[in-house]
Amino acid sequence: MASLVIAEHDNASLKDATHKTVTAAAAVSSPVHILVAGENCAAVAEAAAKIAGVEKVLLAEGAPYARQLAEPMESLLLSLSDKYDAILAPATTTGKNILPRVAAKLDTPQVSEILKVISPDTFERPIYAGNAIETLQAPAGKKIITVRTTAFKAASEGGSAAVEKIAAASDPGLSTFAGEVLSKSERPELTSAKIIVSGGRGLGSGENFKLLDSIADKLHAAVGASRAAVDAGYVPNDYQVGQTGKVVAPDLYIAVGISGAIQHLAGMKDSRVIVAINKDEEAPIFSVADYGLVADLFKALPEIDEELGKRGYK
Amino acid sequence: MKVLVPVKRVIDFNVKVRVKADQSGVDLANVKMSMNPFDEIAVEEAVRLKEKGKATEVVVVSIGPAQASETIRTALAMGADRGILVKNDTAVEPLAVAKILKAIVEAEQPQLVITGKQAIDDDANQVGQMLAALLGWPQGTFAHSLELGDATAKITREIDGGLQTVEVKLPAVMTTDLRLNEPRYASLPNIMKAKKKPIEEKTPADFGVDVTPRFKILKVTEPAKRAAGAKVSSVPELLDKLKADGVI
Ligand SMILES: Cc1cc2nc3c(=O)[nH]c(=O)nc-3n(C[C@H](O)[C@H](O)[C@H](O)COP(=O)(O)OP(=O)(O)OC[C@H]3O[C@@H](n4cnc5c(N)ncnc54)[C@H](O)[C@@H]3O)c2cc1C
Ligand SMILES: Cc1cc2nc3c(=O)[nH]c(=O)nc-3n(C[C@H](O)[C@H](O)[C@H](O)COP(=O)(O)OP(=O)(O)OC[C@H]3O[C@@H](n4cnc5c(N)ncnc54)[C@H](O)[C@@H]3O)c2cc1C
Repeated sequence: MASLVIAEHDNASLKDATHKTVTAAAAVSSPVHILVAGENCAAVAEAAAKIAGVEKVLLAEGAPYARQLAEPMESLLLSLSDKYDAILAPATTTGKNILPRVAAKLDTPQVSEILKVISPDTFERPIYAGNAIETLQAPAGKKIITVRTTAFKAASEGGSAAVEKIAAASDPGLSTFAGEVLSKSERPELTSAKIIVSGGRGLGSGENFKLLDSIADKLHAAVGASRAAVDAGYVPNDYQVGQTGKVVAPDLYIAVGISGAIQHLAGMKDSRVIVAINKDEEAPIFSVADYGLVADLFKALPEIDEELGKRGYK
Repeated sequence: MKVLVPVKRVIDFNVKVRVKADQSGVDLANVKMSMNPFDEIAVEEAVRLKEKGKATEVVVVSIGPAQASETIRTALAMGADRGILVKNDTAVEPLAVAKILKAIVEAEQPQLVITGKQAIDDDANQVGQMLAALLGWPQGTFAHSLELGDATAKITREIDGGLQTVEVKLPAVMTTDLRLNEPRYASLPNIMKAKKKPIEEKTPADFGVDVTPRFKILKVTEPAKRAAGAKVSSVPELLDKLKADGVI
């Protein structure tokens, strides 16, 4: 049969998480189809059709899908599920919200946040905040899977799949969208940024995050944070990196004033190069850092900023 | 209205687990176990609803070994009214947990079920959503705040892009995120009082749920270790290294 990937998008643009999920899907069951459910999102479907290796894009448009609420998405996916032996979504807040509902209704256990497809029914996934990796075999039948996108390469562009419009499924009418406050930023998104500068409780205030902003701007980096910094209200919740926040794996992760609790490490320890800046040389973050700078961040950050400026980073 | 809160006994969040040499799992002998932190947040929210006069009764459920009754006692000491222990000595997968909870919901008829968004051991992030689907109820996952009305609830959710508010019809399932509240510590008098609160014991079979695992765990291994790096002594040295690595 085939696998179905739920596209991650905001009705205007297709997110890179989709491309990565396609890579995982192709290893589970081919051909790969993509479901784009949204409102006025034909452009997203066009973009999805260009992903190499995708055979077909299903486009379902309608008001209930505008924010991909879990209940109408469940109905839609159940109406399509017969034709697929695997349904996959990126392990984003959208994918995590929807997919367990589909699994439960199909009486199929879900495999969460896979890191690797070993064979079409055998997967690796992290447990205990990534301190252990479980290899598990799913039972025969449909596979319902969320994908940790940092563990998969993005499928490339260059495809030319057909886009097929499909009818909306009935909306159970249990939930309605009632507003949102989205973080606005000119910077790259945390989960796809090549460089992340992340701040912890050591920053001491939201105001002091400006010290990171200036460096992030020069390096075209995203800004992240520890849970402690989010809980203290220095930055919004969507900055949180960690076991229970976002999992990231950029080329460069700079942790500033972050102690390195296991829950934080779970979200960033697969970064290619890790830099830690902390005044406590015993801080656990140094045990995962390629380069550690034992320093007061209030001295080190302005110095980095100035030195980057001198070296031509703007 | 009645509020139901499932609470799971998990390894304490401060413990760094060790993988067993025979790759059969992680070593849980003699490690500290606690209530899943997200479930503490769920209990706190339910108890606050009761204190505000919005909830009439808070019932907690745990599925696990005999010691899970300690987790239930913790919730009772925080202010929940009574507990249900569904005793089972082997691990129960999320779908089976959801099926047991569904049977309990049908018997207890709560208007709101509050679960944690994920258990910090298995990190599955499934049970609340699965329960909602099995019941045909709406859900508000990763809750940041709750405004409970009589027939609906407004739940603001922590999503990847920021915050999103959904309005759901009751009955509903909500799953907690970290910023929903700060759970209280139980006071000594409340810990004493909790000892007298009732805990009913059940088994999965009482609900007709088969908890035989559907997944086969082939092995549990340690993740690749990062080699510890070196300290640098100055900012220019740091930037030189990063440049040489080609990351800036
Ligand atoms: C259920 C649960 C889930 C969690 N999920 C997450 C998660 O997803 N992500 C996450 O990050 N955490 C998570 N945590 C929290 C985690 O356990 C830690 O509490 C948190 O990561 C600590 O944040 P921090 O390192 O910023 O603060 P701290 O541990 O307080 O560390 C601050 C650091 O800043 C340094 N510092 C202070 N001042 C300066 C200065 N002037 N110059 C240089 N250095 C300085 C200090 O030496 C210290 O090392 C979770 C916890 C629980 C219980
Ligand atoms: C010794 C051991 C062996 C294990 N072996 C296996 C195995 O062979 N196969 C396997 O799939 N898993 C195994 N697990 C993992 C365990 O079965 C999972 O914890 C279970 O699948 C539920 O997933 P979760 O708790 O991460 O669900 P989540 O969906 O992350 O939990 C979310 C919420 O659901 C509620 N909840 C979850 N579980 C319970 C519960 N038991 N009682 C009350 N409320 C609950 C809580 O409110 C929780 O916050 C093992 C765990 C241990 C400790």
